[in-house]
Amino acid sequence: MPLWGKIALAILFGIMIWRMWPALRHHQKHGPKGTAKDWQAVIMPLALVAGFVLLLIFMVKK
Amino acid sequence: MNYDQVLTRSESSVLATNKVIRNTYILLSMTLLVSAAMAGLSMMMNVSPGVSLGMSIGALVLLMFVLPRFENSSGGIVVVFLVAGMLGFGLGPILNYYLNMSNGSQIVGTALGGTGVIFFALSGYALKTRKDFSFMGGFLLAGMIVIFGAVILNLFMNIPALSLTISAAVILIMSALILYKTSEIIHGGETNYISATIDLYLAIYNIFTSLLHLLGALAGED
Repeated sequence: MPLWGKIALAILFGIMIWRMWPALRHHQKHGPKGTAKDWQAVIMPLALVAGFVLLLIFMVKK
Repeated sequence: MNYDQVLTRSESSVLATNKVIRNTYILLSMTLLVSAAMAGLSMMMNVSPGVSLGMSIGALVLLMFVLPRFENSSGGIVVVFLVAGMLGFGLGPILNYYLNMSNGSQIVGTALGGTGVIFFALSGYALKTRKDFSFMGGFLLAGMIVIFGAVILNLFMNIPALSLTISAAVILIMSALILYKTSEIIHGGETNYISATIDLYLAIYNIFTSLLHLLGALAGED
């Protein structure tokens, strides 16, 4: 990637971080908190996604 | 307030939610078709990686500075199609690179099919269970900030292991975003189908490119 592209992307991603930061602070202070059961309902499908990606890698590697 | 009034309000809220879901999925499928057509066009034109980079940066600028001004008007739809078209056009050289590998067509096909399976499975899970995933907002923002920081670092460090870690993390964070956004639509937290569409589009786009990267790096044959 040319240097101008790297600098442009770094600036854009930096602006994104700068914009997201106040929203993150707000969520941490006032956002709804999940219970252990709530997080279980997220971790299970995400673990399945991770397993599925590994399966795809092994399928293509074979 | 009597029972009939409560029932009528609840019915109108369900109808509004169904309308947002329908409009989101219609616009999402159209943007994906535009992206695919533009990717096909740039592959045929054999555009250089520089053009691809320029298109991706242009799409990011539109997303960050133009879309927020138009997302509550019909002009937002035009911006969404422009973003989808530019990101799709930018995919052309990347797809050509992978297709030039000996098992390239298998890698691209698997990444495409895998993305579809992940999106439909997670959307189906959120729609079927109707769980409220609004508690994930802070987690998603923190995850995205960490990923953006790591991407900035790796733009200049070029560490292959970090690059693969970023791709794996992007797949998981974007999968969580699909759950979060779909749940937000169902529970009335998201009433704007334009911003819902762009979030889901970006989740699909990022899952596809990250999966392509992982498959190419770990299972590709030069």
